Amino acid sequence: MVATLARRLGDLQAAEDAAAEAFAAAATAWRDGVPPNPGGWLMLTAWRKAVDAHRRTAAVAVDPQLLGEIALRAQPEEAAVDELATQPRQLGDDRLGLIFACCHPALALEVRVAMTLRYVAGLTTKQIAAAFLIPEPTLAQRLVRAKRKIRDAGIRFEIPTRPAQRLRSVRTVVYLVFNEGFAASGGDALIRKELCEEAIWLGRLLRRLLPADAETAGLLALMLLHHARAAARQAGGRPVPLEEQDRSRWDRALIAEGTRVLDEALVRRDPGSYQLQAAIAALHAQAPRFDDTDWPQIALLYGSLARLEHSPVVEVNRAVAVGMADGPLAGLAVLEPVLASGALEGYSPLYAAHAALLEKAGYPERARGAWARAAETSANSAVRDELLRRHD
Amino acid sequence: MKYALLIYTPTTAEDYAAAAKAAVHEADARGGWVDYTRAAKEAGVLVGVEQLTHTDTATSVRLRGGEERLITDGPFMETKEHLLGFYLIDVPDLDAAIDWAARMPVDGATIEIRAAMSGMPWQRVLD
Repeated sequence: MVATLARRLGDLQAAEDAAAEAFAAAATAWRDGVPPNPGGWLMLTAWRKAVDAHRRTAAVAVDPQLLGEIALRAQPEEAAVDELATQPRQLGDDRLGLIFACCHPALALEVRVAMTLRYVAGLTTKQIAAAFLIPEPTLAQRLVRAKRKIRDAGIRFEIPTRPAQRLRSVRTVVYLVFNEGFAASGGDALIRKELCEEAIWLGRLLRRLLPADAETAGLLALMLLHHARAAARQAGGRPVPLEEQDRSRWDRALIAEGTRVLDEALVRRDPGSYQLQAAIAALHAQAPRFDDTDWPQIALLYGSLARLEHSPVVEVNRAVAVGMADGPLAGLAVLEPVLASGALEGYSPLYAAHAALLEKAGYPERARGAWARAAETSANSAVRDELLRRHD
Repeated sequence: MKYALLIYTPTTAEDYAAAAKAAVHEADARGGWVDYTRAAKEAGVLVGVEQLTHTDTATSVRLRGGEERLITDGPFMETKEHLLGFYLIDVPDLDAAIDWAARMPVDGATIEIRAAMSGMPWQRVLD
């Protein structure tokens, strides 16, 4: 309902206010019985409240065109309700329009994440503030500012005419939410399951709304395949490396769904980084034991990913895969340029990868130094403690 | 919705003067800003456009309640990037404004996009 109102009004704050007023009105009006079409009743009431609010503030600042449109739509009210509340396709579009507005690249990335969690996923400001370890008033202030910018800068609640770039931003936001849950960057909890589940919910919604987009499917597949390992990734609050994970605790249903979604994406022959990452995750998921992992194939996929992304983080992962496929010295050869470039200075997984390769190549002294560096650069206390416990 | 596309570049006063002189003396100006301006005009989105003299020549007048006006040589703020011109366009939304900003034939500039307010009392004077 808020999505529909926001799209019509171009103003998320006004939409929220109108919806809240409609629910408040329902509490009184429905005392003697719920009307035959409660959804329509709420939408119509909210719409009237929004029209009233606009009339009240019209002297201050209102687009005359919008006023005209509202006046026009306020006349045949029944028709307006039909259009606003009863067309499922329309509702899907409104939802998508809301996602695109919340993820507009003209908003700062962390604001896009917060807006999406608040208005698309429906989390409270308290929940979001807790998840990202920021004070609730700070977050609330950011949301108010973002809503004002959306309204005043003319960000529309519409599906963009050329959605490619905007869609990239939407996927980035969803993936960031997932990643924050999967590899919590700060704090004590290793995996914040709720964030992963919200991201997957968003991924499913996006895929339902955009069934033809291969990368959107790739993103969902990636999240499902990663999340399938959640239960085995930690034991007693300690992180468990892939090698030692109890694979019987992997969620087979999620793996099956992720693999199916990935297969459907791949047949579209529109490859992209989420599909490649999902393919790598699928190969891990399919190996019955760690020793059965198809490392040469994974190294190849990381190679494709590196060509697509030019990211030093991808190179670190490729070094690990090459190390498993062709031996630790080959892996170190991939890692050396990354270490030398200094591009990932202070990035804990780089030192952990380096340490593991050095250890396997038979340099225990140098490996110890790298493990220490990995521990001191990790912001997650659970990971840090585990690194210290293992390699001190 | 009206948007101002404010063009900021790190051009020095000397380079700017030299470039302006060269542009004026070109007999048959083509390409670049000429094409861009024509495209905006023909698309029916152009409301106004001005190219400004360099920030180097700016004069600032400070107004503080009751006090006498204070005139100073120079811009309001010393920055590395200078506001050297703007297009005022009328397009449906921010995405369209971003598209027009991205089409500008200029390298190494930052285009600040600012939506214009509507419905203000002073605007009725213009009707």
